[in-house]
Amino acid sequence: MNRLIQIEKKPANAPEENSVARREFLKQCLRASPLLVAIAHVAAQEGAETAAEDSPAEEHSYGMGIDISKCIGCGRCADACKTENEVPREPYFFRTWIERYVITTDGEVTVSSPNGGIDGFPAAISERGILRTFFVPKLCNQCANPPCVQVCPVGATFTTEDGVVLVDKDYCIGCRYCIQACPYGARFLHPITHTAEKCTFCYHRIRNGKLPACVEVCPTGARIFGDVRSMASPLTRFQRLNEVAVLKPHLNTNPKVYYANLDGEVR
Amino acid sequence: MPQQLVRLSILFLTLLAALVIARSYLVPATFGEIGHYRTAAVAANASQPLVYAGREVCEICHTEQAQKFAAARHQSLSCEVCHGAASGHVEAPSDRKPPAPRDRGYCPLCHGYNPSRPTGFPQIDALTHNPGSPCIKCHDPHAPEPPRVPQECGACHGEIARTKAFSSHVTLECTQCHEVSERHKVDPRASTPTKPKAREFCGTCHAAGAAALEEVPQVDLTSHWPRYVCWQCHYAHYPEVR
Repeated sequence: MNRLIQIEKKPANAPEENSVARREFLKQCLRASPLLVAIAHVAAQEGAETAAEDSPAEEHSYGMGIDISKCIGCGRCADACKTENEVPREPYFFRTWIERYVITTDGEVTVSSPNGGIDGFPAAISERGILRTFFVPKLCNQCANPPCVQVCPVGATFTTEDGVVLVDKDYCIGCRYCIQACPYGARFLHPITHTAEKCTFCYHRIRNGKLPACVEVCPTGARIFGDVRSMASPLTRFQRLNEVAVLKPHLNTNPKVYYANLDGEVR
Repeated sequence: MPQQLVRLSILFLTLLAALVIARSYLVPATFGEIGHYRTAAVAANASQPLVYAGREVCEICHTEQAQKFAAARHQSLSCEVCHGAASGHVEAPSDRKPPAPRDRGYCPLCHGYNPSRPTGFPQIDALTHNPGSPCIKCHDPHAPEPPRVPQECGACHGEIARTKAFSSHVTLECTQCHEVSERHKVDPRASTPTKPKAREFCGTCHAAGAAALEEVPQVDLTSHWPRYVCWQCHYAHYPEVR
């Protein structure tokens, strides 16, 4: 208490000394201002440079987090994916789709995905009691150890340096080996170009600093996109705050699509 | 040098040259620069045109809507969820107007009742919920609010209400067993209703010797699975269920 009072009194005791110091300070500031502007300019440039340096692909490894407990099965992701990537509208071709799991009290598991969930799901009616029921969005798992890339005879499907598995449409011979090899059923043959097609994490969007279309439109934030290598990424936060699991871990494909609140029945 | 060696080396050199020439024709440009693929394919994939503009682009022009939106219940939505992909609108704002769904078909894609949806997500039965009226008549999609606080628990917890209607607990009010705060009616997840914590609660009717109607089953609380709370085994909304 005493000390506080003393400190407050001090400027009042020596007003002249203080005002001189202030004038000095302002003068020095004025002299230094061009220097400050220069420093700020350099700093801004450096910032721009680091932003540009951020983009080298090899520094990233993109992945997705999916919170099953937030998915409402509205199918907006599957719809947006088809719009963004010009996927044929027929109900056989999906880069991402939603499955509904219905588990009855006698342990029977029914999985359905009418038109990938784009038109919604009928309210589940079962004569036996429903034990659990939920939606599971599916897409290419962007495996770090992808079987589809291993089997491609011509090198038309590959993992980019930022960890996204892509298809080279101009070089694919349409042999369908990769479609057979994918344990997640995430690939299909495009009916017009006759080349393999799959989720690219909207590579054209993420390279331009945008979110994949499915993540952009997900109304409940069930899908999280980010860089698994960056501690600041929303995906790393998702992995930190949830117990995450991947699909078919025993296949050693090392998927980079992480599910939170994943039921044991999900295949 | 023996003649046969000369002939063989000419043959080998010719074959080698043929291989090199064939390879230069057959292996596409930029193949194998980084990995076992054409480097140009990465750029080809990355150069696909954008169709969805992204919420941050919408907010540049529609600042007023964005501010209203950011504070409302639909704040996690992107504009393009309802208005459709808008890259065309960004390029030619006045020529290509994004559509707005105004009929009853669109909102139930998210808000129609479906048991697979997570508990607490606002859902209605589109068949019985004010049939014929467009959703936007009562609900502002940019700042949706329930038009009035649900009066009955069944408005949201329809499945439980329907189940209970067939059970012997039909006469019990929800509030008999659950304490529900006013907050729960407007923000369901922020304040969840309580469940009975003690066996003695159910015991007020179901303990041996308790004052209750004759048909109410009663058990001896001290010997009947004493370590459990009743609702861990018995589904109180339909106690007959096995």
